Amino acid sequence: MGGLEKRKYERGSATNYITRNRARKKLQLSLADFRRLCILKGIYPHEPRHKKKVNKGSTAPRTFYLLKDIKFLLHEPIVNKFREYKIFVRKLRKAYGKSEWGTAERLKDNKPSYKLDHIVKERYPTFVDALRDLDDALSMCFLFSTFPRTGKCHVQTIQLCRRLAVEFLNYVVASRSLRKVFLSIKGIYYQAEVLGQPVTWITPYAFAHDHPTDVDYRVMATFTEFYTTLLGFVNFRLYHSLNLHYPPKVRRQSVPALGGFPLRACLLRLLGLLLQKLSALSASLVRVVAPAQEDEVEMDEFPVEGETAEQLDARRKEQEALEKHKKLFEGLRFFLNREVPREPLAFIIRCFGGQVSWDKSLCIGATYDVSDPSITHQIVDRPRVEQQVVGRYYLQPQWVFDSVNAKLCLPVADYFPGVLLPPHLSPFVTEQEGDYIPPEKLKLLAMQRGEEPGEESEEDEEEEEEEEDDNDNEEEEEEEDSEKEEEMKLKKMEEQKTQSNKALPVKVTAGKVRLEDKQRLEQEQQNEEKRLAIMMMKKKEKYLYKKIMFGKKRKIREVNKLAAKRKAHDDAIKEEKKKNKKARRA
Amino acid sequence: MGTPPGRWLQSWSTLRTPGEHLSCSSPCFEAPRAAVPVSVCPHQQRAVPQGIPFTPSPTPVPLRSPAACGGIMPGGVFLGWRKEARAPTRALLGWEMLGGGCLGAEHLPDPHCCSSVPSHGPGGRGGGKGLILPCPHAASVPPPQDIRNTVGNIPMEWYEDFPHIGYDLDGRKIYKPIRNKDELDKFLEKMENPDYWRTVQDKMTGADIKLTDEQVDLVQRLQKGQFGDVHFDPYEPAVDFFTHEVMIHPVTNRPADKRSFIPSLIEKEKVSKLVHAIKMGWIKPRKPKEDTPTYYDLWAHEDPNSILGRHKMHVPAPKMKLPGHEESYNPPPEYLLSEEEKLAWEQQEPAERKLNFIPQQYRCLRAVPAYPRFIQERFERCLDLYLCPRQRKMRVNVDPEDLIPKLPKPRDLQPFPTTQALVYRGHTSLVRCLSISPSGQWLASGSDDCTVRFWEVCTARCMKTLPVGGVVKSIAWNPNPTVCLVAVCVEQSVLLVNPCLGDKLLYGATDQVLESYTPPEEERVQPVQWLTATIEEHSKGIRLTVQHSKALKQVTWHGKGDYFATVVSDNSSMQVLIHQTSKRWSQNPFRKSKGLVQCVLFHPIRPYFFVATQRYVRVYNLLKQELTKKLMSNCKWVSSMAIHPGGDNVICGSYDSKLAWFDLDLSTRPYQLLRHHKKALRSVAFHKHYPLFASGSDDGTVIVCHGMVYNDLLQNPLLVPVKVLKGHALTLDLGVLDVLFHPTQPWVFSSGADGTVRLYT
Repeated sequence: MGGLEKRKYERGSATNYITRNRARKKLQLSLADFRRLCILKGIYPHEPRHKKKVNKGSTAPRTFYLLKDIKFLLHEPIVNKFREYKIFVRKLRKAYGKSEWGTAERLKDNKPSYKLDHIVKERYPTFVDALRDLDDALSMCFLFSTFPRTGKCHVQTIQLCRRLAVEFLNYVVASRSLRKVFLSIKGIYYQAEVLGQPVTWITPYAFAHDHPTDVDYRVMATFTEFYTTLLGFVNFRLYHSLNLHYPPKVRRQSVPALGGFPLRACLLRLLGLLLQKLSALSASLVRVVAPAQEDEVEMDEFPVEGETAEQLDARRKEQEALEKHKKLFEGLRFFLNREVPREPLAFIIRCFGGQVSWDKSLCIGATYDVSDPSITHQIVDRPRVEQQVVGRYYLQPQWVFDSVNAKLCLPVADYFPGVLLPPHLSPFVTEQEGDYIPPEKLKLLAMQRGEEPGEESEEDEEEEEEEEDDNDNEEEEEEEDSEKEEEMKLKKMEEQKTQSNKALPVKVTAGKVRLEDKQRLEQEQQNEEKRLAIMMMKKKEKYLYKKIMFGKKRKIREVNKLAAKRKAHDDAIKEEKKKNKKARRA
Repeated sequence: MGTPPGRWLQSWSTLRTPGEHLSCSSPCFEAPRAAVPVSVCPHQQRAVPQGIPFTPSPTPVPLRSPAACGGIMPGGVFLGWRKEARAPTRALLGWEMLGGGCLGAEHLPDPHCCSSVPSHGPGGRGGGKGLILPCPHAASVPPPQDIRNTVGNIPMEWYEDFPHIGYDLDGRKIYKPIRNKDELDKFLEKMENPDYWRTVQDKMTGADIKLTDEQVDLVQRLQKGQFGDVHFDPYEPAVDFFTHEVMIHPVTNRPADKRSFIPSLIEKEKVSKLVHAIKMGWIKPRKPKEDTPTYYDLWAHEDPNSILGRHKMHVPAPKMKLPGHEESYNPPPEYLLSEEEKLAWEQQEPAERKLNFIPQQYRCLRAVPAYPRFIQERFERCLDLYLCPRQRKMRVNVDPEDLIPKLPKPRDLQPFPTTQALVYRGHTSLVRCLSISPSGQWLASGSDDCTVRFWEVCTARCMKTLPVGGVVKSIAWNPNPTVCLVAVCVEQSVLLVNPCLGDKLLYGATDQVLESYTPPEEERVQPVQWLTATIEEHSKGIRLTVQHSKALKQVTWHGKGDYFATVVSDNSSMQVLIHQTSKRWSQNPFRKSKGLVQCVLFHPIRPYFFVATQRYVRVYNLLKQELTKKLMSNCKWVSSMAIHPGGDNVICGSYDSKLAWFDLDLSTRPYQLLRHHKKALRSVAFHKHYPLFASGSDDGTVIVCHGMVYNDLLQNPLLVPVKVLKGHALTLDLGVLDVLFHPTQPWVFSSGADGTVRLYT
């Protein structure tokens, strides 16, 4: 055979993995630097399939990295930068210690810095890859942009995050790619469809943060460092895909008089103003090539092979629905009251083609006043509105969110100020068969299908449904009952027989004709067959089968629990209503 | 005095010569006052005249304020002084080394000699000569006495009980001064001696020392907390080395150099070089650093093939879970937690919770507060991204229906027993065993109520009850249709009973056969006793009794109906016995016990004999008298066994609720192991004609299976469970104790612990 015989842990999977400490030693980095490198390069531990083999027979808990990953890190230019930075810090400390301020200044000027461009390109070889991984980047940038400008992290980082986040929002507005929004107790979720990829992010509610002590901000800052780079490049590409200027310019920009300031200050103010204007989200962006007209290219349709006419039709319909959804608020003019969160609402309304304005004193970029008679909807979040203007709806903000999710402008009656709001449902839930569907969702689905159920009919439906449910329950009960009855009868018969053997007073009573439900008999037979077949299963398969069935049963149990809870709640409300009615009558 | 340096050197040389006596003279301490910038500190000028004892102090005094030295010294000079000061110290060290640790009488320091530090200096050193010259200050000590401390600095109490302290060079004891004063003497001395108060005893030598005036004065000063030196003034005005005032005159009067007026050529050269470099554009002003990152089209030339090799192993991080209805600020009411659920949520471990928040309802958007754990959640996501080990896991996506094996439908496998038809009641205790007549008309059952009952199968009528006076363990109807005989196991004996049922000719013939037995001429030694029934027994139907020595477990007939085998519950080699009815003799086929025998069976066609022990089934060839096969049952404890009428397949029931089907042609391991019962199997049975087998278990059910054996050797048997028969009530945790098929019909009998026998058709 030739060659040396290899010992037990010198071949196979043991050679493919490396523990964290060994990796660190191989790279000659401190733990903090190693972590930073892993974050930036997107290296993560792998769980080996046979942990004991990889761990050389020991079962101690260890994290393993792929040896290839670590070798790949060896050639990373950033590692050298880390070392340079370490030296820089040492020199600076020395200079400060000796009070050599000049040296310290010089050192600070030459502070080693690194760029992450090549890492972004390496981690995301194609643009679509980058889009797929954008969720965390966006959420993090939105979080950092809400941090206070003091402490915790560098002001530049916060400003950069804010800038990138606002730029992304403007892109979503310009491309009208927002699809779903959700007001949760954690924050506001948005989902946009960017170049066919769903991108979801969450923004916290606009409150000051209660900074926790058990969070390592350095780790978050390292992530943010990478995410800002990624988001910057993604924004650039996205803006150029829409023929927009990057960095963005706002249309109809009137430069305010800035005489008397030095040039640099002017520039800074301009930049700040631009950011403010951008974040106001009220103005459209300047395009590189002015659009000749609203030239919407008719997409030629190429029938895909194997696609039937029906599928084609369905696709076309979907496309139409999407177009309609994009123009949901077109032609509507909104006015946001000052108690309403301005940024999310302005963003959403603008995303669907609506016009939006707010009080001038609230924020820059207000386009019209409250008194404007052309306003169709005014978003209000207070229990009562004094001085209502005729000709506009006063609505609570949930209407905007629910309408976007329903893909149609919902009836406004449920959303008037001071009214008890209907539940706000998550648009991210797609109910499969067997899942619990809240009744509100059912109503909504019906509405989307084009049915226009009046309120009364709705109630009827509900009642009918309930009745049906009741019937089902009763049937089940009946089944059980009948089974029990049968058993009882059999027992009785047996007893009678035995008794008849002993004592002979035989009685003949007229028998009852029992109707046999053929379907049920068949069902029972099938069930029994199944039970018998399960007996013949192999041990392994039986285990798996039982596990699956356990999961299914648990799901059903949960669904039933939710349904029961809902029913109890509805019943309680109904009774209250009745009581109220009675009280009114009396 | 102003000792000249030459003198000092001289004394220095004297220090170095061993054996010289050094002395310290007080007059030399007069010198410091006169000393002005001299290179040597006057205090240190221990230049000593020869022949005078000297008390060197290990700590040089000059570290005192230089002011004490009586003059302002410029720094440089002062340093020089310090340099010089070190030399004598070294000399002293050398001196001490020479002294070899031999210290002289301790005496308080001379105030002139060393002012503040009391030094215990050696009074002198005799070198090799043992000659001592006492210090002139200690003149009061009587000189003739040899008062020395030769023992060194040791605890003196070691010498307390001796009259001497140490030895001199010649080895003679150095005696302590005689102290024989009693209290009276002491008192008298105290009264008379005016110097008594200033006399102290030297512990090292035991001698009395009278303190001088200076010494007394020093002691008093120290007691008062004053400086030891009388002349030292701690409140002298402090004089700076350098004045803090800016002086108008330069320190030196040297005129400025010419070069300080002429521009430097070297500097000029340097500047011109820099100017030239700037002109040429070699040096540029430092650009202000741009801290805003620049972005460009990073993916302008994206090449999907450039994906690195490691991307094949890349496991993308799973996305965050999208929120459901319960996370809404205004969820449907069914998603809100009730009080108990909230309590349960709070008591759960944070890692175990299904939701990491409590669903809440706010009536309007204005009322929604900030989520306190927002930053933590983002941080946890970060940790997950870079710390969490990732692994690709194949999710089992199986339709559970696919897992169920596709078996032929039971409907197509009919006939088999489906419903309970008859119940045979009468026994008052559990019915252990069943047996049916070869014609299928009569059923015999043995019970714990010490009776055997004979039933008519079709009517469930008890034809006959036979009390046997013991628990019936096993019962077997003779398979020969021309003989009407039942073997019953009662305690230690097998009863051969003629039930006298059915055709009278038949059972009459059986009696005749039994009576026609003629005992052989020569008695053979038998392991058992064959007894003919008494008249009383005969009337009951018992014809023969085979008396064993121990309790019996099982009896089974050979197919021909002449031989039967019994199993004794015992661990000896006598466990299995084979009896021949016609010749009334018995034999023990095995010489050695191979374990606890559970049951035995005759092969239906061939001369094979099956013996089931706890874990194995052994197959013996009766003709060749050898072991043919040993079947591993894979069970813990075999309870029962049955043979397919074809003879090539065996089933074994076990107490660990398994049923093993052996195909003898295939392997010695089970062809299939069925685990369809929930509790221990008690008995198994094959049907004679139909492809059916049944098993009864402690869970009270009888499971009937279709077990088709094909003639084609290549085709494996087909096993399909077809029916679960229930009916027996559980008593004493026992369900079905015995199952039995009807010989011709697809009917199955089962006997249970509830005292009934049931027929399923």
